[in-house]
Amino acid sequence: MTELDTLEHQLLADVAAASDEAAIEAVRVGALGKKGSVSDLLKTLGTMSPEERQTRGAAINALKTRVTDAIGERKSALRDAAIDARLKAETVDVSLPVRSSPAERGRIHPISQIVDEITAIFGDMGFSIAEGPDVETDYYNFTALNFPEGHPAREMHDTFFFPADESGERKVLRTHTSPVQIRTMEAQKPPIRIIIPGKTYRQDSDATHSPMFHQVEGLVVDKKANVANMRWVLEEFCKAFFEVDSVTMRFRPSFFPFTEPSFEVDIQCDRSGPIVKFGEGTDWMEILGCGMVHPNVLRAGGLDPDEYQGFAWGMGLDRIAMLKYGMPDLRDFFNADVRWLSHYGFRPLDMPTLFGGLSA
Amino acid sequence: MKFTLSWLKDHLDTDASLDEICAKLTAIGLEVEEVDDKAAFKPFVIAKVVSAEQHPNADKLRVLMVDTGKGDPIQVVCGAPNARTGLVGAFAAPGTYVPGIDVTLAVGTIRGVESRGMMCSEKELEISDSHDGIIDLPADAPVGQSYAAYAGLDDPVIEINLTPNRPDCTSIYGIARDLAASGLGTLKAPKAPSFAVEGETPVKVKLDLGGDDHLCPGFALRLVRGVKNGPSPRWMQQRLIAIGLRPINALVDITNYMTFDQGRPLHVFDAAKVKGNLVVRRAVDGEKVLALDTREYTLNPSNVVIADDNGVESIGGIMGGEHSGCDENTVDVLIESALWDPMNIAKSGRSHGIITDARYRFERGVDPEYMVPGLERATELVLELCGGTAAKTDVVGYKGFDARIVDFPFADVKRLTGLEVSSDESVDILNRLGFTVTGSGERVSVAVPSWRPDVDGKADLVEEVMRIHGVDNIRPAPLESHGAVNGRILTTLQIRSRVAKRALASRGMMEAVTWSFIPKAHAELFGGGAPSLALSNPIASDMSDMRPSLLPGLLAAAQRNADKGYGDVALFEVSGTYENDRPEGQRRVAGGIRRGTASLAGAGRLWSNAAKGGGKPVDIYDAKADALAVIEACGLPMGNVQIEAGAPAWYHPGRSGTIKMGPKVVLGYFGEFHPKALAALDVSGALAGFEIYVDAMPEPKKKATRTKPALDLSPFQAVKRDFAFVVDKTVDAGAIVRAASGADRKLIAGVNVFDVFEGASVGEGKKSIAIEVVIQPTDKTLTDEDFEALTAKIVGNVLKTTGGTLRA
Repeated sequence: MTELDTLEHQLLADVAAASDEAAIEAVRVGALGKKGSVSDLLKTLGTMSPEERQTRGAAINALKTRVTDAIGERKSALRDAAIDARLKAETVDVSLPVRSSPAERGRIHPISQIVDEITAIFGDMGFSIAEGPDVETDYYNFTALNFPEGHPAREMHDTFFFPADESGERKVLRTHTSPVQIRTMEAQKPPIRIIIPGKTYRQDSDATHSPMFHQVEGLVVDKKANVANMRWVLEEFCKAFFEVDSVTMRFRPSFFPFTEPSFEVDIQCDRSGPIVKFGEGTDWMEILGCGMVHPNVLRAGGLDPDEYQGFAWGMGLDRIAMLKYGMPDLRDFFNADVRWLSHYGFRPLDMPTLFGGLSA
Repeated sequence: MKFTLSWLKDHLDTDASLDEICAKLTAIGLEVEEVDDKAAFKPFVIAKVVSAEQHPNADKLRVLMVDTGKGDPIQVVCGAPNARTGLVGAFAAPGTYVPGIDVTLAVGTIRGVESRGMMCSEKELEISDSHDGIIDLPADAPVGQSYAAYAGLDDPVIEINLTPNRPDCTSIYGIARDLAASGLGTLKAPKAPSFAVEGETPVKVKLDLGGDDHLCPGFALRLVRGVKNGPSPRWMQQRLIAIGLRPINALVDITNYMTFDQGRPLHVFDAAKVKGNLVVRRAVDGEKVLALDTREYTLNPSNVVIADDNGVESIGGIMGGEHSGCDENTVDVLIESALWDPMNIAKSGRSHGIITDARYRFERGVDPEYMVPGLERATELVLELCGGTAAKTDVVGYKGFDARIVDFPFADVKRLTGLEVSSDESVDILNRLGFTVTGSGERVSVAVPSWRPDVDGKADLVEEVMRIHGVDNIRPAPLESHGAVNGRILTTLQIRSRVAKRALASRGMMEAVTWSFIPKAHAELFGGGAPSLALSNPIASDMSDMRPSLLPGLLAAAQRNADKGYGDVALFEVSGTYENDRPEGQRRVAGGIRRGTASLAGAGRLWSNAAKGGGKPVDIYDAKADALAVIEACGLPMGNVQIEAGAPAWYHPGRSGTIKMGPKVVLGYFGEFHPKALAALDVSGALAGFEIYVDAMPEPKKKATRTKPALDLSPFQAVKRDFAFVVDKTVDAGAIVRAASGADRKLIAGVNVFDVFEGASVGEGKKSIAIEVVIQPTDKTLTDEDFEALTAKIVGNVLKTTGGTLRA
């Protein structure tokens, strides 16, 4: 065994024995540093004869290469081991719970969601949204809508009244969203296509009646809108809203003071199960009232009924919410019970659109 | 409005089935609400008692063998006193539901004897209250046949939901007329009454209405002498019972029958009890009358009465008086057929809470032209059923009927409905409904019949043609497109309301919809309670006043949840509050509250933030963050938003703030609540909340372009420097931030407060506030000297404005 063999053997043994990065660095310095054992041998090359340099020189260089490689390998092995050890030490319990996103916890009330759904549908048909005050005058709530003073139809409205003011006028809580029809006609010339969602009030309370509830009303006024157009609008709406391919609707002649002719509309459904299903079945369920705007109402809105014509309809917002989403009791809508809101409410990122679908 | 099928067929000749009739009624606007086809009566058959023997173990029971016309006689145990051999009655086999006792029969054993069915009483079949014994039919009643068919009880009852505009269909004759017009059969012409008339009606009628003759536009009266007033015949009683009326006696039953058959309410006075002549007048204030419902009513001058020398005998058109009513002793009867003012009848009836079949018709409008013919028909019935002699009718006040004439362009049918109906068909329909059409061509004159006061314009005629022609014939036709993409369909306020909801829900809050009306005390506590916003007729005392704020309702809702064990709740509402009773007094507010530990991160304790105060109660800063989130979501420039200490009285005076935009516009308030306000609302727990006036936010400025301004990114590195100041506790952190920012508006890109500390080490009444200043060089890298100069300016500015010291 030559002296070179001995050195190599020793150095490789030292490399193998190095247990951390510091130790391997010490080995490197000892062998390849300025005063290292291999560096010392390399310094002798200059004193060698050309022949000697060819044999011994090559051997020394080969030794250097092998030792350098060995140190490099060991170094990276030790670094990997160190990282492995650190990672192992850093391991945590992945089963520990984290907070849910606030956006997953928050809820939009079904009323707001339904208004957005309706807005999406009617927006597509060229309608815009109109609103009006809850505290109304008798004129807007009744007289302008062709409810004559003392007419029995007024009685059917179970109106909430405020005390008479100095002039003897009694404001009311609007019993329907229809006053906004008049307010819109006063403010805007036809063509008119509006949807009026909002709070309405009647002095009545049971599982399907609440002293405060919501209606959504529609109004179309132009020079040719007729019953046939109204049928189309309402059928298209019901299909889109209930998200079914087809609906069968029954228009029954009826009476409302502010429309002539007037209709009540039933939708064909299956009520045999706990949840009403539309687009199938043999039952009828009343869903809305509608009609051609009464000439007196057009006049009250400042329009000539021989020039302009149109139709209007109204339905219970809470009621269609109940029909679509299955809430059993109207009164729960106004209780703010977080269990109910969490169950029947909608996530803030569930935004009804026509491009993404009304409901998930 | 109820009627039976056979009654309808008195006036309508038709082969249509019950189902067809009902479908047609609904289709022409007479919505069928309920049909009782009397199938429940089907199982009851006529049976004969072959033998009746004493029950071996019971004195009051008998064991009957009953021949039901099928198979061997059946053994039935019966307790009726009239059960006897040879009796023919109504038998119900086991399995039959007996309505009067609400029991489905089974084979039973009564005191040891088997009983396989039941012989029924009228009460058990709910055909009368009679329970004296079982039904006892004539001996020739056909055994084995349906009892209901034999007794006329299988007549289906139809109830329609009559709209208030159709007085003509408060009569079965009117319903028949509508059905006939729709092609479902032929209307039978009423037979002209024919009877002898003898003498005058001695009682005279005077209208004394002081010029308000419209209150009684006609009054007809006739005396019939020598009647015998017993029970009305069975057919009439059965029809009245079927529609829910109680037979009284023939004279009264005739008036009720005419009310439904012809929509002609009548009244009968016992002539012997009427003193002097009759006068139709306004009641004297405080005048009393004992009415036929045996209740006493105190009247006032807005009520019209029929009086005699005894006083008020009847409330005109609403209800007769007990005193002059007819009973079995009545010999001479005065029959009244009058007209009354619909509005006045509605008002009087409502004010006294009297609901009668007469009021129902008079307030809708009774056919004036049938006043006298109705009296003739009633007289004929009286003569037929009670005998006697009719005197001459006395008519006062009636000025005749002027038909309303409507100018009717046929084209309006298509214009309004889209239906193609020929003018011939339109004329035909109108004629069948009793309208008279004159003229020819495109426009005709249409005379409205006396029974249709609801028709006063061409739209009404369009409805008549449409409903009879058939609404189902109207095919849906698309609404014409505007021919362009629909532009913005929401107003700014609607957009902001919507986005405020989504923003708050994204912060883990739940949207509530609470009542617009709240208890008066709560309204007053939150700055409301004005008399003009207090309901005159609230549905409950705690729903009396329009809310001035969303907070009382939300706080009460949070407490209700807490009482059920859900104390950590975050609720919001975006809705109206009411400052006054004008449209502009209705505000649009986004309000919210957090209770318990319901912070943005989440409620309750969690291992991960235990060290960072997890589960800590909500406070003013939670509310402030929510409030600002609404403003930010609505797109307001946050640089213009200012926060001031303090808020209205229901907030904690030291833990609340006001959010303003400029010096004048108050955008809202936030904070914790005043303990007295919470106590008055009877709520407790950690609570913080806010209200933002969405309607107070200015409209966004109209922009000339949608292009965003160019982005100018500095190539130089941003640097952060920390400073800590010791200031008086009363100094706002905001003042320090403003002072630091003001040191160099160009270089300082941001100032963040990262620590607030109070403790002995900084001194009594002092606090330390640490800020991080972000410095963004824009045109060169800053030198050490530059930094030194800037630092000195920051410190100088802060010390000058706050009077504090730089913390060592």
